[in-house]
Parts: sequence; C-alpha cells; structure tokens
Amino acid sequence: MGEPIVVIEGLKKSFGKVEVLRGIDLTIHKGEVVVVIGPSGSGKSTLLRCINFLEKPTAGRVLFRGEEVGQRQVAGRLVPLPEKVLDAQRARMGMVFQRFNLFPHMTALENVIEAPIQVRKMPRAEAEELGLRLLRRVGLGDKAGQYPNFLSGGQQQRVAIARALAMEPDVMLFDEPTSALDPELVGEVLQVMQDLANEGMTMVVVTHEMGFAREVGDRVLFMDGGLIVEEGSPEQIFGEPRHPRTREFLSKVLH
Amino acid sequence: MARFIEHTITILPVLLEGLGVTLRLTLISALIGTVLGLLAALARISRNPLLTVPASAYVTVFRGTPLLLQLLFIYNALPQLGLLLPAFPSAVVAFSLNAGAYIAEIFRAAIQSIDRGQMEAARSLGMSYGLAMRRVILPQTYRRLLPPMVNELAALTKDTSLASSISILELMKYSTQFISRTALVWQTFVWTAVLYLVVTVALTTLASWLEKKMEARG
Repeated sequence: MGEPIVVIEGLKKSFGKVEVLRGIDLTIHKGEVVVVIGPSGSGKSTLLRCINFLEKPTAGRVLFRGEEVGQRQVAGRLVPLPEKVLDAQRARMGMVFQRFNLFPHMTALENVIEAPIQVRKMPRAEAEELGLRLLRRVGLGDKAGQYPNFLSGGQQQRVAIARALAMEPDVMLFDEPTSALDPELVGEVLQVMQDLANEGMTMVVVTHEMGFAREVGDRVLFMDGGLIVEEGSPEQIFGEPRHPRTREFLSKVLH
Repeated sequence: MARFIEHTITILPVLLEGLGVTLRLTLISALIGTVLGLLAALARISRNPLLTVPASAYVTVFRGTPLLLQLLFIYNALPQLGLLLPAFPSAVVAFSLNAGAYIAEIFRAAIQSIDRGQMEAARSLGMSYGLAMRRVILPQTYRRLLPPMVNELAALTKDTSLASSISILELMKYSTQFISRTALVWQTFVWTAVLYLVVTVALTTLASWLEKKMEARG
C-alpha cells in the first residue's frame, strides 16, 4: 500500500441540528481507488466535500499529505487556516461535480488552462500545450474551442475531469460524476475514470454506478446514516456483504 | 406654425447647451456610481460583518430617502458640518451615491443569480475568492447586468433634473430660466421633454435590444 494521502479522523458534520456525518475515520492511500456507495442522504457527498473543505467539518479533522485541511485544532477549538493555505491545499485536490460546473463563458480549453495560468502561474503557451494534451486524453482534442453549452453532458464532464487534472492533483474527488448524465453518456465518462485509475491516480468516487465500483474500486465503502457501515474489497462487499443494511441496499440497487 | 418654428429655433440651441451639462452630470455620476455599486455589492455579499453592515446601511439609507433631500443635504447641510462643496461636485456626489445604492442591488442580484457550483468549482481548483469572483463569477454577470444598468442610466438622466434646485445650469434649469425670460412656457417645456425623451428612449431601446439579443444567445 502507498503512503497515506488523505487521513480522516472522527469527522463530524452538522447542518443546523441535522448531523449528516456522525464520526468518520478513513485513510486513503496513494494510488488507491476508494468508491463510496450508499443511499441518498447517507452523507457520502458531504464526506467528499469535507475533504477539500467545501463543507466545513464540525468536529474531527481531515489531513491531506499530513496537513490539516482548512482548519486546525488549537486547544480543542477549530481555527480556520489562512485562505492562502487552504487555496494551496485545494489546488492539489481535483474535484469533479455532479453538475460539471464548467465555466460557461470559457471554451473547453480555456476552462482547462484557467487555473494553471491563474493559480500555478504557468506561461500561457505551456498551459495550452498541457490543456490540449489533457483534452486529447479524455478524447476531446477536437473540442478545444467549443463552449460548454455546445457540448453533451458526457463531453462536459470529461472537460471537467481534464480541468481538474490540469492542476496535477494528488487526489481526485468525484461527486456522483455520472448522476446528471443521460444513460447513453455514462459509459464515456466512466471509461475516462477507469483509464485514470489504471494510470495510478488516487481517487475517491461517490457513485451509484455499482458496475464501476465493482470493476475499478480497490475498496468500497458503504455509508448509511452518516457512518461508514461497512467497507471492504469489491468482491467482499458485493459478494458477501456482512451488514444487513448493506445487503438491503445492494438488493435494491442491483435489481 | 411659422411662429412655432421661429420659437423652436430660439429655444433649441439654449436647451441643447443644458442637455450637454445634463449628460455630463449623468455620465460622471453613473461611472462613479458603478464603482461604488460594485464595491457595495461585494461588501454586502461578503461574510465579514465589518463590510456587510456598512454596505447594507448605505444601500438602505440612499434607497430609502428622497434624492432631492440627499442633494440638498450635501449642498446645504454639509457646509455647516464643515464640508463645503461647490454645486456641481455636490450634485455629482449626491447622484453617484444614490445611483451606487441602486446599482449595488443590481450587481448583488446578478452575482447571486450565478449558480453556486461556479464558485465551488473555481475554489476547488485553488482559486482565491477574489480571483474566482473576478475571473469566473463577474464575467458571467455582464450579460444579466447590462439591461438593468441601462435602465438605471435612463432613470439617472431624469433624476439629474433635480440639480436645477441647487442652481446648476443643466437642461431643466436652462428651461425654466428661458421661460422666465421669454414666457414661452409650453413651447419650452415641450422641447425640454423631447430632449429628455430622446435620451431615455434611446437608452431603454438599447436595454430591450440587449435583452433580446442576450435571450437569443441563451
């Protein structure tokens, strides 16, 4: 197993009075593909969003490459880190959203090279070269000059993956990347993700695609009620789930 | 008819001179008001109470009191408090502050209409809040901003007529002065109205044209 990239300890998150995460402990190692499954409302997206501090944990901590993300515990209290530190941490974590969130006023290529130029201060020519290479990698070399509105959902999501990869992240976070897609477009996105996994990218994937979880996941987590109820290899989780709630969930989604 | 044309020939050159001042007052105030409005909008949507509270107070006060009162306060009351401004700068300050309050709401609505996912995507790439605002959020608001901004400009054009009350020689003042000299009351007022209309109709036409054009582009 590779070195730990993300370590989560006692993570809790409440929205008002609703406790969405009720104590999560999880370590993600370099090169590992962790797939998170579970019913909606189980807290899996919130868990993912806590990793890059899009949601602020209420308790516990998230370590990214050994550093606390977004806030630090000082004398038992959570103190926010300087914005610059957080920005630098986020720059090394790629995130792919359910609704793509491409920048509609920029072409596919501009979407990909924006952060490398603005955040990494990469020279434009170099960024464009990188951007085109990444777009080719996701099979969209010919769409570089196209605006997002003129791309299909699957194409948009692949641009979004290229955009995240352009920051050369140490981990990629996928938040239900295929849930907003027409069924016939799901495959092309999953294929890109599978290629990425094969190339050794560290990935955390929240998804309802059980096929992907089984084929690509190194480890599958089943979440319910804000807790990781069960985790194991795909063979174990899908072949012989131990927890009754895992069994119940899988029997619903696999038929 | 011949007399009407004759009157028109004497009235129009005078009024056009006033229109020049009106336009200058409008444009300068609009420019400053836009900068103020953007700053106030950004302050209002920030999470820092040191920014939101003064910005909200500013918008509330200047939208909630008559523009004429604001103008007279700046010109007549501020000198008693130790700040003496000549008439034209007083008017620019009053109109800028007032327009800024309305423009702040235009900007705020436009910024808040942008999907939250845009800011999240930008931040997840390591962009700072300011960078994300400048490169991702604000450019997306331009299209939504233009029509209400042009309308605001039309409103401001008419509002500058209040400057006549602090004896600034703009279109309205030229008009009333001309009337007291010549007693050509209705002719002068009609032509004054026409000149305001030319400006405001041009602007509102521009606004609705922009609106249509943007809808067409989706």
